[in-house]
Amino acid sequence: MRSDQNILVKLNKAGFSLNNKWLVQGVSLQVEKGKIVTLIGPNGSGKSTTAKIALGIYKKIDGSVEKYTNKVGYVPQKITIDWTLPLRVNDFMVLTESLNKETIDEALSLTGVIHLKDKNLGDLSGGEFQRVLLARAISKKPELLVLDEPVQGVDFTGEIALYELIKKISDELNCGILLISHDLHTVMSATDHVVCLNGHVCCSGSPMDVAKNNEYKALFGEQASQILSRYEHRHDHVHTSEGEIKKN
Amino acid sequence: MFDDFFIRALVAGIGVAIVTGPLGCFVIWRRLSYFGDTLSHSALLGVTLAYSMEFNIAFSVFIISSLIALTLIQLQKRTNLPGDALLGLLAHSSLAVGLVVIGFLSFIRFDIMGLLFGDILAVTVDDLLIIWIGGALILLVLKLIWKPLFASTVNYELAEAEGLNPDRAKAIFTILMAAIIAISIKMVGLLLITGMLIIPAAMARNISSSPQKMVMYSIIGGLLSVILGLFSSLEFNTASGPSIIAASLFLFILSLLNIKQSIKLKN
Repeated sequence: MRSDQNILVKLNKAGFSLNNKWLVQGVSLQVEKGKIVTLIGPNGSGKSTTAKIALGIYKKIDGSVEKYTNKVGYVPQKITIDWTLPLRVNDFMVLTESLNKETIDEALSLTGVIHLKDKNLGDLSGGEFQRVLLARAISKKPELLVLDEPVQGVDFTGEIALYELIKKISDELNCGILLISHDLHTVMSATDHVVCLNGHVCCSGSPMDVAKNNEYKALFGEQASQILSRYEHRHDHVHTSEGEIKKN
Repeated sequence: MFDDFFIRALVAGIGVAIVTGPLGCFVIWRRLSYFGDTLSHSALLGVTLAYSMEFNIAFSVFIISSLIALTLIQLQKRTNLPGDALLGLLAHSSLAVGLVVIGFLSFIRFDIMGLLFGDILAVTVDDLLIIWIGGALILLVLKLIWKPLFASTVNYELAEAEGLNPDRAKAIFTILMAAIIAISIKMVGLLLITGMLIIPAAMARNISSSPQKMVMYSIIGGLLSVILGLFSSLEFNTASGPSIIAASLFLFILSLLNIKQSIKLKN
């Protein structure tokens, strides 16, 4: 039984290995209703793997995962759709749940792609497809949303709008969100809890706590730490800090 | 009305085409063409066992094909061999074992050509019952698993993450494949069943813009192939199974012309 009715998914020292190599291990975290938990970390640190453990996609895991809801919306980081399928945006929206026309239109309007409704999925640009993926995930009014870099390839103004939308959805639907993002500004402005991964949980806590953490500074560099503590101060050097991440 | 062998053939063919239409779409979407081949090759073993133990052919083929499908799933989990190698291994070894078993059954006279290419004109009223009742069951089950099967065909992880249980849908679909081969083997024969599954669906892919339309066109294509093929086999005195497949090829070529025209119109 869950100790707290608000908990949607809980990982206890969860880990996953493939071909005798740990992708991630010893991850404990929980996502509660109405809260946004963000995973950050360098490339290959196990963020997507952690999300897939939480979703139950990986079954042979170490530790345990307790999932208390089946109303899940998922935006995967990578999605390969076989174009032997004639699939329009409208068909894709009802992939895992039947929805009425109004619900579909509303979700597509929220992410700004209602005009693409009858287009073939294969004809969309990367950013457009990303907006459709997000629309599909939120349209079913899930209790748990798992968003793996949901705004990759989306233009700059769109990115801000979509993050605001995600925050709004979390408040309105009171759903829990597990978010993976590289955009530290956004992470800091909207997140309730940050988990910093590097093959294991290197540190976690509120955005401010994490910003002050020395391990976090070592992983992301001084600059990233400044962004965290002064997130309202927007400028465009996030990407240089990403470059530094790769060096680690 | 079913006294006439030609009417029986027509009714049998129509029954099979209605079922191969939607199943064929999934065969194309999930890239299972060679899987279908493997199952139908293994059907020979099923037929020989049916003769030697005096079983019903459709039932025996269904059991053997299902066993081969389950073996394949196990082999995929336990070996590092690529999927196509495993399919080839199962297809040819089960075909070979089937032929060897036929050698032992020298007391029975086999119509090998009939087995390989089907003999729709020899369809009996009992066969009709098997095709139509079996076909209705297959379609019913397919309708029940449509959502998880289709979702996992588009993307396995999305289906799994959002609680649709794609593994179960896949296993059931495998059984359905064995079932369609079992009920249609007598009609088109084990070498041509996969053609009946793939070609009308491939034709449908060329002219459809949504999955539902593709299923519909695939069924219509299959029906037209059966009618066209059977009437021409009567007219030109050709083998009926191959004539049906040839008719579906003809429709496929027509669908290609359609694409070229629509591209021209767009420019």
